[in-house]
Amino acid sequence: MSTEESALVKIALVSCGSEYAGVQPEFEEAAAKVNAKFIFPEIDVASIDTIGRDFGLEVASGDLRLMMARAKAVVEGIANADGVFITTCFRCAEGAIVRNEVRRYIHEHSKIPVISYSFTESTSAGTLLTRLEALTTIVRRRHLLTREVQTGLTAGIDSGSTTTKAVVMRDNKIIGKGWVPTTKVLESAEEAYSIALKEAGVSREEVQALGTTGYGRFLIGAHFKAQLIQEEITVNSKGAVYLADKQKGNATVIDIGGMDNKAISVQDGIPGMFTMGGICAGASGRFFEMISKRLGVDITELGALAVKGMHEHVSMNSYCIVFGTQSLVNSLARGATPEDVAAAACYSVVEQIYEQQLQEVDVKEPLILVGGSSLIAGVPKALGELLKIDVLVPENSHLIGAVGAALLASGFVEE
Amino acid sequence: MAKVFIYPINSLILADLVERFGHKPLTMMNQIREKVTSLSLDSPPLNITPEDPKLGLKYAAIEVPAGVRGRMALIGPLIEQTEAAIIVENPPTDFGCVGCNRTNELTKYLVRSKGVPVLEVEYPKSDDEARDFVNKIVAFLESLPKEKPEEDEKAKETESADKEDKE
Repeated sequence: MSTEESALVKIALVSCGSEYAGVQPEFEEAAAKVNAKFIFPEIDVASIDTIGRDFGLEVASGDLRLMMARAKAVVEGIANADGVFITTCFRCAEGAIVRNEVRRYIHEHSKIPVISYSFTESTSAGTLLTRLEALTTIVRRRHLLTREVQTGLTAGIDSGSTTTKAVVMRDNKIIGKGWVPTTKVLESAEEAYSIALKEAGVSREEVQALGTTGYGRFLIGAHFKAQLIQEEITVNSKGAVYLADKQKGNATVIDIGGMDNKAISVQDGIPGMFTMGGICAGASGRFFEMISKRLGVDITELGALAVKGMHEHVSMNSYCIVFGTQSLVNSLARGATPEDVAAAACYSVVEQIYEQQLQEVDVKEPLILVGGSSLIAGVPKALGELLKIDVLVPENSHLIGAVGAALLASGFVEE
Repeated sequence: MAKVFIYPINSLILADLVERFGHKPLTMMNQIREKVTSLSLDSPPLNITPEDPKLGLKYAAIEVPAGVRGRMALIGPLIEQTEAAIIVENPPTDFGCVGCNRTNELTKYLVRSKGVPVLEVEYPKSDDEARDFVNKIVAFLESLPKEKPEEDEKAKETESADKEDKE
């Protein structure tokens, strides 16, 4: 690891008082794990009274005004920060408005990477780790993230919660692919990698660099002695714009995985704002698995079924995996067709992504949909209908993490 | 001597006024002091533990934001002790940082509904208003009992015991 890669990253904490919610030790723990440290931007106390007018957003809470003043201090360079973590209480409406506007303000007025999060009293360091890891990766590996072409012979393994994917790439082309359900993390990775190597017709020894990502990245990264072990926000963003051939300019990446979803605003292949879902299984691959099982079809058939159906014919009161499934089962009992139920399931997933994640991310075209669920044809259709824009599903969209890892790992070939 | 709750809850000026007239101000500073100096806790800068929002449940329900409940874990016990209160509306930040407005709304409501004497004044905008502001607070503080009835009795008891000893 280079000196730059191991340097302490200073993250400005822009919050309305997360210290009072009992979560500060978790924040500190997550930051320490990625060699980062929170700093509190200094401000002039009198500015709290006028910041509402300066900022254009007048709010009642003094602490939210303090948050805006701290954001201004970051933008003006008074606080020397490498990244910004914006956070307010979950369930506070005024906090949500300020969080959103402060993030937009920093994004528009500086090049400092920003993440935002609404905390509860049970927020854990584990929940924050991937987010802070992504933030520090953007700071430390900006040079690596600008890589647009895969060179040499490299491989990538994405150890996801539901499936494990592997690819082998040579001279900017995928030459081998492996895809297996995740059972035991190491064994599944071994299997997927072996399949990809066999298809590519190369041996492990020939591979010049390997990258790992996904939930099991640390375990498999150590096992395979990977050159690159990186969280999925930065890796998938890179993989998405690479596969969609949209490396320059703005893009929005939506990644619907087995366990969680990510909505990422990307600029020249580098993530800017992003949100990660994952508390609720109602908007993930898991929900589709349950619905396929109930409809008695294989998950690969669900998409074709959904495209033929009309989601409006099914009344869904909730996209929760429990109550949503209940609504779908009730609809079937009242005579709804499996096609309509499949369409409603797809619509409910994208509706939740729209309501809970896209509100916090600037959606700019092209909208690139990736992850295993993007292969279910009803999902891009429903997303396109909801957002009224064309949704781009690149070829091999389900291999996004593995492709991104193989592409970024090629940076180590030259080094 | 009355225990006087002040709002803004960390106003040094109000705390000083209350003390000058022989009463005890109930302020956030003392609560925070306890939190930052408690041994065996190490979550700078405030040492609020995940247990505090749970303590705050006594004052605000589970659907209330965590930060409000964490703050109420500090402010709630003060309200329980409150015997009188001074609420200053629309103060600037340097009069006392005004904090989370959700917590402020709840705090003021709980104090008002406690049934203790409450003085509510607007923060002054001119010199005349400032004089009127201070006079109102002084008159309010002077109207509060200097000693509690039980303290009076205790004092009388001590007095008579002293007399008996002397005799």
